Amino acid sequence: MFLKKYLSDIFKAIRSLLTGMKLTGYYFTHRKEIITQQYPDNREEMKLPDRFRGEVVMIHDENNEHACTGCTACELACPNGTIKIITKFEVTKDGKKKKALDDFIYHLELCTMCNLCIEACPTDAIKMAQNFEHSVYDRSKLTKKLNNPGSKIREGVE
Amino acid sequence: MYSFENITNSIHSGLVRTLSPTVALLCEFAIVGLCAITLFALLGLVLVLMERKVSAYMQIRRGPNRVGPAGMFQTVADTLKLAVKEGLTPDGADKFLFNLAPFVVMIVAMMILAPIAFARGFQIWDMNIGVLYVSAVSSVSVIGILMAGWASNNKYSLLGAMRSGAQILSYELSAGLSILSIIVLTGSLQISDIIASQQNGWWIFKGHIPAVISFVIFIIAVTAETNRAPFDLAEAESELTAGFHTEYSGMKFALFFLAEYVNVFIVCAIGATLFFGGWMPLHVSGWQGFNHVMDYIPSSLWFFGKTFLLIFLIMWFRWTFPRLRIDQLLNLEWKYLLPISMFNLLLMTLVAIMGWHF
Repeated sequence: MFLKKYLSDIFKAIRSLLTGMKLTGYYFTHRKEIITQQYPDNREEMKLPDRFRGEVVMIHDENNEHACTGCTACELACPNGTIKIITKFEVTKDGKKKKALDDFIYHLELCTMCNLCIEACPTDAIKMAQNFEHSVYDRSKLTKKLNNPGSKIREGVE
Repeated sequence: MYSFENITNSIHSGLVRTLSPTVALLCEFAIVGLCAITLFALLGLVLVLMERKVSAYMQIRRGPNRVGPAGMFQTVADTLKLAVKEGLTPDGADKFLFNLAPFVVMIVAMMILAPIAFARGFQIWDMNIGVLYVSAVSSVSVIGILMAGWASNNKYSLLGAMRSGAQILSYELSAGLSILSIIVLTGSLQISDIIASQQNGWWIFKGHIPAVISFVIFIIAVTAETNRAPFDLAEAESELTAGFHTEYSGMKFALFFLAEYVNVFIVCAIGATLFFGGWMPLHVSGWQGFNHVMDYIPSSLWFFGKTFLLIFLIMWFRWTFPRLRIDQLLNLEWKYLLPISMFNLLLMTLVAIMGWHF
């Protein structure tokens, strides 16, 4: 009885070892499986995953309109104060005064790319871009204004 | 056909003609020493790079590929780095033993080179107890490891060295018994006799079942002997921070590092000699035409091909299996490998007496 268990242990062990070796042998012989991207050489045809978190950008459509209402949900959600929303009051067609976005200040130097601001936004106005080469020689270039000059909110977002 | 014996004989006769016999012998010693050191250097270069590239491809990534075409000069860069690094001796370390330990390990690795037959007629010393010599001298390397652990004045190094010492001593038993089971078939400990007896086929084929079991036990045991994964608890990076060679840096660490890779080469060479025929080409008894064709491939190519195949197998083990704990390791040896190898020796003796091998 003990001998049967002993021998069956040995055979099960050898079979599991060979299964493991088959997998690494497969990886060794199939070069196509290599997932390393040779970075500086492949900058033109680089393809990053869809959910890659680069930097925050505001989505503008072809009429230079965005969907940001200035609700400051992203500013409140950000853990370290990277976003600062500056709002202004503008007069609508009906003659009422409404709060609208003036400047969306984004400090790239402070951003941790945690994605909380994107999740907090109720109108999907901001998204994560796919570039990661943020090095600059001049620090002031890292403080960005995300809404394009001359852009305004799209109709029907509010 | 072309053979190394021509070169060695011509050098020998040239020396004896021009110098007195004693001086000629001393010259030959110097030449052999130089060749051994060159072999070590080349092996270090090739094996370190081979390890890095093989491990990379098994982990679906590329290895070093920036330094030289396909990363060929990476080891040169590594060697230069280790050569110019500061060799720090810890404060309370036993200076004599601390400095001696890497050299003990290195000298043992060099001494084991003597009986190995690299090609037809190309052996440094064909003594009549070749295999016993290899087994005995490889035990001396444990002293170097224990010295390194003790002299480092570091309790974790000492712990690593003790574990490594226990592991090496235990696995020598299984390795010795599996070597013995092939010696039962050949009847001689002399390496040239062992290779000559494989003229009509390698022992792993001729000795069917017991020889295959013997080979499997041998490969596992020598992986543990040379402290390679999955048995590398004593020196793995995340365990005990490199174990017995934690306190070594610079050239002394380079000697340990090199000695480890050369040890892997040597045990694979012994395995290739005993089980796969050393420099003997693949012969099948009865197929004369096939044998004749196989003879055209040079014997040194056969030897190095077999050895590097076994080295690749050992590297494959490293990157497939998880590491064993020290108690699991010793458990494996004393409860599984040793009884099986003793039983296998009995089986092999029965096969040899009854003539049931080919």
